[in-house]
Amino acid sequence: MTKNLASFVLAACLAVGSIGAAQTSVDITGAGASFPAPLIASWADLYRDATNGAVLVNYQSIGSGGGIRNFIDQTVHFGATEAFLNDEQLAAARAGSGGEAYNLPVTLADVVITFNVPGLETGLIFDGEVLAGIFSGEILTWDDAALAALNPGVELPHMLINVVHRADGSGTTNIFTSYLSAVSPTWASKVGAGTAVAWPTGVGASGNEGVAGLINNTPGTIGYNSLVYATLNDISYGYMLNAAGNVIAPSLEATSAAGDVPLPEDTRVLIVNTAHPEGYPISGFTWALFYENADANKAFTSRAQAEEAVRFLAWMTTAGQEFSPLLDFAPLPKAAVDSNLDRLAQVKWQGENIGAAIVEGLR
Amino acid sequence: MRSLANKGSRFGDTAFLTLLTVLGLVVVGLGVLMAWTLGKEAADPLSRFGLFGFLTGTKWDPVSGVFGAWPVILGTLITSSAALLLSFLPAIGLAILSAEYAPRWLATGIDYVVDLLAAIPSVVLGIWGILVLAPALRDNVYRPIYLWATENAPGQAAWLGNPTGYGLITATLVLALMIVPYTTALARDAIRLVPSEQREAAWGLGATRWEVLRVAVLPYARGGITAGAVLSFGRALGETIAVAMLIGNSVRLPLTLFGPASTMPSIIVNEFREAVDNLHLNSLLAVGFFLFIISLIVNLAAAWVQRRLVPGNEGS
Repeated sequence: MTKNLASFVLAACLAVGSIGAAQTSVDITGAGASFPAPLIASWADLYRDATNGAVLVNYQSIGSGGGIRNFIDQTVHFGATEAFLNDEQLAAARAGSGGEAYNLPVTLADVVITFNVPGLETGLIFDGEVLAGIFSGEILTWDDAALAALNPGVELPHMLINVVHRADGSGTTNIFTSYLSAVSPTWASKVGAGTAVAWPTGVGASGNEGVAGLINNTPGTIGYNSLVYATLNDISYGYMLNAAGNVIAPSLEATSAAGDVPLPEDTRVLIVNTAHPEGYPISGFTWALFYENADANKAFTSRAQAEEAVRFLAWMTTAGQEFSPLLDFAPLPKAAVDSNLDRLAQVKWQGENIGAAIVEGLR
Repeated sequence: MRSLANKGSRFGDTAFLTLLTVLGLVVVGLGVLMAWTLGKEAADPLSRFGLFGFLTGTKWDPVSGVFGAWPVILGTLITSSAALLLSFLPAIGLAILSAEYAPRWLATGIDYVVDLLAAIPSVVLGIWGILVLAPALRDNVYRPIYLWATENAPGQAAWLGNPTGYGLITATLVLALMIVPYTTALARDAIRLVPSEQREAAWGLGATRWEVLRVAVLPYARGGITAGAVLSFGRALGETIAVAMLIGNSVRLPLTLFGPASTMPSIIVNEFREAVDNLHLNSLLAVGFFLFIISLIVNLAAAWVQRRLVPGNEGS
């Protein structure tokens, strides 16, 4: 009986396998940042279903640094990163491919100020100056005059502020420190911005979940997280005074709005401290990396494979965006969608344009 | 029949020896390859900042591209030595109790628990540290001490540091707990290996139990005990995840007791994934290279100590 069952299961597996093999499926491999990994994995599943298994996308969440390196070494079809290619990396990618290397926004990340202070709740208002003061260790207590001025009527306790930051390098840190650098010249000159910085004060915890956990069980703490971690862990978070002087509650809409500003040609742009009046000021793009000359990328073995990769990236930019809010990711603003399609329309295979035809129907 | 057996075994001998040699060389080769790779990757930061500059630099700033490893080296040495100091006497006590004093059933029980403690994955200890130990120590120990100090001895608050619960002292305590089973197990074995003639001779001279231990057993076992302690120190040096979870991960000089710090393994595990800049990545690999060297030195020291301290070997 058991044996029969086993052979039945085996036969079933073989049957399924042969069905899969009967269709010629195309494999697309991407690697990079861990922040968009859940989104890209879901897109991969949806896209596999949408194409009846003809296109299988495999995304390896190895971190932005690894994503950029693999992209420049041409071992993946596309990279993903929370920090756009810097000039040096762009030069290396151009030299290796004889063409442009595109930074294509795929989603936006938001960073909210999370805290655990008895008596204080979600909605406490911060601005850039106060945050720079707190995270550089100049504002030491919760009842500091600068914070009180932003929150009239709120009773702030006299309590030491414990700063919590990310210990691991992360795009979240990059966005947060970019924001602090944008609003505070002192921060820009003393600490600066990056995926990992030399924090002047505070305790480091690993990962969004580490920061959330530490804040959850330590009174007096302040830190920064993705919005989804704050809501899932039921941690209080702050509202931000943006550049236009409006108090913005963090939300996917406010994050998308932050990116709905005129974008430079290469979309290598920080949108922190956005000029958009409804935009949440601590947000940033996450990018996919792709070569203009797809044939120069050694990871591609055929023109068909390159075409499918372009088609998948174009789908991510358009239809895929509708799924982003379901996974608590902010959808791309129109400016970024248009910009991506413009770039993808220029992708070439051995000098011949293959992108325009693919992008044509999606506008 | 006999010659056939001999012939067969000679062939078997040769084949077995070849196999062993190949397998052994593969392992040694891998070790050398690892050191070589690490050293090669470490070359860039070392040539940029200089060997001495890299080892003694106190600034680790990925933004401006300046990397000095002294804060993490110091953090590693402080946590590991303090953990060894804290755990050594309790571990030796446990080893002596188990090997010399306890009745058989109790000794078996102690051994069992100690071995179990050694088998707890460090990430589990880390989670326990984050959720239970750190908050408990903060509320019951660190904060009262800190508050007392700020009121009665304001000068002392500076080196105590902000008691968030995640810092140098918490990581050290968990490290100490983690290496207790190693020191204990190695010391216990060293004590049990003392020949019974040694004990009997001491008994014969009318020594009490304590005197037997002091005169006959411990001097004989001290090589093994010390080597065990050095090996435990080596393990503490390399411990990564539990330390990274509890030490507070601040790459500044560890000048406060309660405040955050970093160790060589913890900074590697924390920053490796998103080290976008090549110099940053290579500096992390350089830290790995020096950790490799320090571990090598510690292991060689353990072997040397063990040889040196066996009675009768002192002069050699």
